[in-house]
Amino acid sequence: MTRFTRLTLTALLSSTVLTAASLSAATAATHPETGEELAEDQTFTYRLLDDVSSLDPQIVEDVNGSDVVRDLFEGLMNQDAEGNLIPGVATGYELSEDKRTYTFTLRDEATWSNGESVTAGDFVYAWRRAVDPETASPYQWFMELMSIEGASEIIAGDAAPDTLGVRAVDEKTFEVTLSTPLPYFPQMTTHSTTFPSPQAVIEEHGSSWTQPGNIVSNGAYVLTEYSPGERIVRERNTEYWDNENTILDKTVALVINDENVALTRYMAGELDRTEVPAGQFPRLKEENPEEAISFPRLCNYYYTFNLSDSGPEAFKDPNVRKALALAVDRDVIVENIKAGGEPPAYTFTPEAVAGFTPPQTEMAEMSQEDRDAMAKELMAEAGYGPDNPLSFDMIYNTDQAHEKIAVVLSQMWKQKLGVQTNLSNMEWKVFLDTRGNQDFELARGAWCGDYNEASTFLDLLQTSSGYNDGKYANEEYDALLKEAKTAEDTTPLYTEAEQIIARDMPVIPIYHYAGVYMLDSDVGGWPVDNVEQNWYSRDLYKTAE
Amino acid sequence: MALYVLRRLLVAIPTIMLLVVASFLMMHVAPGGPFTSERPLPPEVLANIEAQYGLDQPLWKQLWDYFYNIVVHFDFGPSFVQKDRSVNEIIANGFPISLTYGALSFLAATLVGVSLGITAAIRHNTWIDYVAVSLGIAAQALPNFIMGPILILTFTLWLGLLPGGGWNGGQWEYLIMPVIALSTSYMGSIARITRSSMLEVMNSNFIRTARAKGLPDRAIIWRHAMKPTLLPVISYLGPVFVYVLTGSVFVDLYFSTGGLGQSYVSSALTRDYAVLLGITILYGALTVIVNLLTDLAYAWFDPKIRY
Repeated sequence: MTRFTRLTLTALLSSTVLTAASLSAATAATHPETGEELAEDQTFTYRLLDDVSSLDPQIVEDVNGSDVVRDLFEGLMNQDAEGNLIPGVATGYELSEDKRTYTFTLRDEATWSNGESVTAGDFVYAWRRAVDPETASPYQWFMELMSIEGASEIIAGDAAPDTLGVRAVDEKTFEVTLSTPLPYFPQMTTHSTTFPSPQAVIEEHGSSWTQPGNIVSNGAYVLTEYSPGERIVRERNTEYWDNENTILDKTVALVINDENVALTRYMAGELDRTEVPAGQFPRLKEENPEEAISFPRLCNYYYTFNLSDSGPEAFKDPNVRKALALAVDRDVIVENIKAGGEPPAYTFTPEAVAGFTPPQTEMAEMSQEDRDAMAKELMAEAGYGPDNPLSFDMIYNTDQAHEKIAVVLSQMWKQKLGVQTNLSNMEWKVFLDTRGNQDFELARGAWCGDYNEASTFLDLLQTSSGYNDGKYANEEYDALLKEAKTAEDTTPLYTEAEQIIARDMPVIPIYHYAGVYMLDSDVGGWPVDNVEQNWYSRDLYKTAE
Repeated sequence: MALYVLRRLLVAIPTIMLLVVASFLMMHVAPGGPFTSERPLPPEVLANIEAQYGLDQPLWKQLWDYFYNIVVHFDFGPSFVQKDRSVNEIIANGFPISLTYGALSFLAATLVGVSLGITAAIRHNTWIDYVAVSLGIAAQALPNFIMGPILILTFTLWLGLLPGGGWNGGQWEYLIMPVIALSTSYMGSIARITRSSMLEVMNSNFIRTARAKGLPDRAIIWRHAMKPTLLPVISYLGPVFVYVLTGSVFVDLYFSTGGLGQSYVSSALTRDYAVLLGITILYGALTVIVNLLTDLAYAWFDPKIRY
């Protein structure tokens, strides 16, 4: 090759490279709203703590599984980045005068991944399937909670599933009849239990219908790979009605049990999102201020007194309960143990709940010194002191963070009030069994809201609630919550309910949860303002780095 | 010989049945059940679900149905927790994964361990021996739960050479760290056993005779010393093989391989009775078979043993 030809070739080559580069720059996509330049590879990879319980919308019960199901299927309504209700398969709904009948209009262009149209009949099938005892759905009760006519009778086995108050008026009109008006009913249609399911596919494949290859779904993504215990891959559904506006092509969930391994793999660039282990947030925030994020979540952390007959006599005295609650220095727990931006809790319901303004309780406004002084007074009034020290057992489920908190609590009570506590940790199922049978004195509790409304928390302390493990009973409280079910303005009722809790102190609220994540800075659209953390892959995008 | 094998297999059947009955009863004695959850199910819902899985039947009936389905249909039942999957599917999916890197770890541990041990014994009291012994002890002192974090920090975070976990269809780069983590400590033990066994054999009378008749070292080691040296190693390898398959729980969890160890632990914690029993039977059967194979291997290695 002569020098000349070599030069020409080099020139030619470099010009080709240049053209290619300028071409790709010209065609590089940008986000339609924010104008950010989008990455070529639109794949989002995140960590799953555990494998999912199911990918069947009517059967799935865990948060991880619901996140996947929310991508694969679409219900009547969706949530936006703030958690507000937006149209899903339904373009909207109408409510009857008596507030008991909802009529949803389904969009014409909604189709299943096999090209068939999504019809009202698909919803009728799915909702009947959810309450049918044969399906054995662990979320049957959710349909009961939605107050759908006939749900309770069907679950109890007293009526056939086809007596459920749902009806396909025509191909694209779905009608639901409730047994009582329920103001937050539409919010509940964003829950996976209410998503449509493909009858023909389920009948053909039985319980293996959710496997890749068999599954037919109507969401923005389809399931393309599932290696149980290892990974779940979902990719763009080209049949989805809003596929044009979906940016992310692929979402990969990797099962990683150990949170520290997950963090290491995040640091190595294998993951776009992972949870931050307790206590590590301050360090990570300092090192990666743009990636370590914390935001309020719809969960509370508390200790519950056993107020039933099997509980200790001392706890029957509200002064003792109050004294113990006052002596807890919540700032120490949220700042030194959790350290992830969790707010200290003085009410049972988290402040983050939509439409809920926490009442200013006496305890919240006091300084910790005043609280301690008051706690000592109350204990003395109840007849406990150095000569007659209070002593009780407390239980929590095995976990490092729970253990640290239990130890700190017992030390606070010991130092401030001279209380003797015996701590014992239990394996999760043993713990649930022990607590559920009132075989405890003081037990850890936590609750994450099923929907964004205060009753999802306050209902727990109703006398009849199955989740009321402390067996707190107060008629006044029950009446308030009953009234709230149908009230136009629930705020004063919920405020009063919280004031009753503050007065009776059946539980000791400790803190409210925060979502504490490492989220790669090139991930756009993460709904940090959605306190329920219901996220949809179709709202996410990856920006060019 | 054939009669011996047959007898051993026949004894294995009641052994495994006993194992199943004991596990079954122990599981049911443990507080909580597969459907105990933070949000307790309303009684009528719980009744529906329990009926669906046959948990409303008396214990003896449940146990009978369980055996019947296995013997007649080879069906180990549905998982109570992973509701879309059956126990057969879970095992069919997880066992090949555990088997692949378990077998590779076993091979690595045996090949490296035996070579290291023999080299050390032949070069007794030289620097090679000292290095081999130190390596062996160091390896033995590194159980997989120490190796796991060290490997991930080194190869994934600092060097960025290997993926920090997963399986991805069993591609080689996903196999390296689990295999190293699982084999290291066994490698150390095998090296030490081989070395001391070889030293003992090399000092025995028949080796002295071989030397006296002028055989070269190579022939002595390969033809005469090898088999007796390996005898104690074999008796150690049998259990090791079962351990690398069943004891891989940590590696499964740590490297998220999707192997059976992961299902085993989670089924115990979630009271997924059917999965727990299925894997217990598999592990029990494996132990019985490997023990039998070990015993048969003795006969091949030691002419004094006859069945």
